[in-house]
Amino acid sequence: MKIVTANRLIDGEAVWLAADHGWVETIDGAEIARDVATEEKLERAGKAAICKNEVVDLALVDIDLVEGRIVPKRLRERIRAAGPTNRLDLGKQARKGVRIAA
Amino acid sequence: MYRYDEFDHAFVKARTAEFADQVDRRLAGDLTEDQFKPLRLMNGVYLQLHAYMLRIAIPYGTLSSKQLRMLAHIARTYDKGYGHFTTRQNLQFNWPALGDIPQILEDLASVEMHALQTSGNCIRNVTADHFAGAAADEVADPRPYAEILRQWSSVHPEFSFLPRKFKIAVTGAERDRAAIQVHDIGLHLKRNEAGELGFAVYVGGGQGRTPMVAKKVRDFLPEADLLTYSTAILRVYNLNGRRDNKYKARIKILVHETGTEELTRQIEAEFAEIRNGELKLPQADIDAIERYFAPPELPARPHSDDVRDPAFVSWLAHNVNPHRSPDYASVTISLKGIGEVPGDASDAQMDAIADLAEELAFDEIRVSHEQNLILPHVARADLKTVYDRLAGIGLATANAGLVTDIIACPGLDYCALANARSISVAQEISTRFGSQSRQEEIGELKLKISGCINACGHHHVGHIGILGVEKKGTELYQITLGGSGDENTSIGEIVGRGFTAGEITDAIETVVDTYLAHRTDRQETFLAAYRRLGAAPFKHALYGAEAKAA
Repeated sequence: MKIVTANRLIDGEAVWLAADHGWVETIDGAEIARDVATEEKLERAGKAAICKNEVVDLALVDIDLVEGRIVPKRLRERIRAAGPTNRLDLGKQARKGVRIAA
Repeated sequence: MYRYDEFDHAFVKARTAEFADQVDRRLAGDLTEDQFKPLRLMNGVYLQLHAYMLRIAIPYGTLSSKQLRMLAHIARTYDKGYGHFTTRQNLQFNWPALGDIPQILEDLASVEMHALQTSGNCIRNVTADHFAGAAADEVADPRPYAEILRQWSSVHPEFSFLPRKFKIAVTGAERDRAAIQVHDIGLHLKRNEAGELGFAVYVGGGQGRTPMVAKKVRDFLPEADLLTYSTAILRVYNLNGRRDNKYKARIKILVHETGTEELTRQIEAEFAEIRNGELKLPQADIDAIERYFAPPELPARPHSDDVRDPAFVSWLAHNVNPHRSPDYASVTISLKGIGEVPGDASDAQMDAIADLAEELAFDEIRVSHEQNLILPHVARADLKTVYDRLAGIGLATANAGLVTDIIACPGLDYCALANARSISVAQEISTRFGSQSRQEEIGELKLKISGCINACGHHHVGHIGILGVEKKGTELYQITLGGSGDENTSIGEIVGRGFTAGEITDAIETVVDTYLAHRTDRQETFLAAYRRLGAAPFKHALYGAEAKAA
């Protein structure tokens, strides 16, 4: 399973592609590609957003579903989704109501 | 300190306006990311895991109080209330929005700072001994020469698109505190038998995936020839450096593949062509730059050290360096509080240090490549006051040069290139060895951690180095031993298989305990003991029978 991620152009914020092809700031809202066709569709939507200068640094990320939640396989992506592991007061993990994916 | 002249002001202002326009065009969609990326990198703007990162140049690590206050202001206004001092004597902000960066650069320009050439394949910020102009063992202040190099290399038309980045470091003392032998060019300022100033010139040092100790190509270069000789080196590199392979593009590979003798011949041949040209430095020009760095007037200040407070005594022993004037000292402000993030300082701490420098340290602050701050000129009579005020802001940890004075890169918590975390490892080791008495029992020990092979955490030259890698999705940490970045530079040797994040602190403790068990006495430092013993006892302690089998 994969999801599409990027960084928002204006502020660099890590974002994920949602089902409506908008960009969300928390990984829980990412649309999951469970087959190659969906992967390609999401990637096309991501590339279109790059052309529209909404985001940069597009990537497909391998994930698992753990108790129904999206958890990236690589630590790097888990840290992107949460924030620095040494500063829990920073990044998305510091926001009220945001669960930590790491 | 150097002060911008009219040219400098106009130059930085023009570059700031140019980049503001480029940002506008990017945000408006007139520039693609492929077009914009090299432009933003030339202005110190990276994209990291969570946000953009802005790397600000601090030339040869020298700051005024006003400049440090501006960095605090930027941290508070545009970032998340802190900054990260780096091993290249720079400062990084980890969270700026791209749209705010033009204003940040304008704010920086107002205090004679910028972020130019903190990235890209150009000549980067020239670094220097953090005790320059103050140290008792110094022949001369290296910073005027660093400033001359800065002016020469800023947007140098011939050297703005080198095969790869290029780093120069300068020291003015026999004891190398600037790690010059792991730089592309290392300059050791010294006097010849006639008493004239000049440089021993080293070329081709570096860390990264292929660590190499620089080779000496000149034992004495007259100071007037600094720019001509540097130009000759850069020309040979620019012409022959590998542009076909990023990993073989640094000058260290050219030196290695060409051979020191042949490369020296090529440099000398180019030098002979241009030696008496326009780049030869007139003494009047050197003198003019030197005047900017004239030492402050240091009135006699009789003192008697207050030795009733044991914590203060420890701080005096570790964080105070001899000054050329006996009534004064240089103070290391440790940014390595026990369990804290190496190199980080909050906006409030930066403001407080700026106040302290203004009131008690002649308005000068330095950034060391070991990620600490320095007050270069403090009257010994004021040391207790300085200590008490630092203690009040949590910055009086008495650990300079000890095992908890750890260098660590930002690692996987921030960096897009990293494979493993560095900061959390540093924090855990710092906490494990946090007892003052235990650190003092261990003595001088430089521990350096990098989160990837690019080696921003200088692990290759750590007495104990730690390199984080990713293996099968797990962080793994390799230990190197015996590295050193001083006048007897050596590259550390890998001792064996790596350790997981859960194992690495225990492994470091095993290494330290092995040293304590084998040292001849307390005078034999970790590095000296390692050089006498070799790796065998450490391997045995870490790997037991496995080490014997290997």
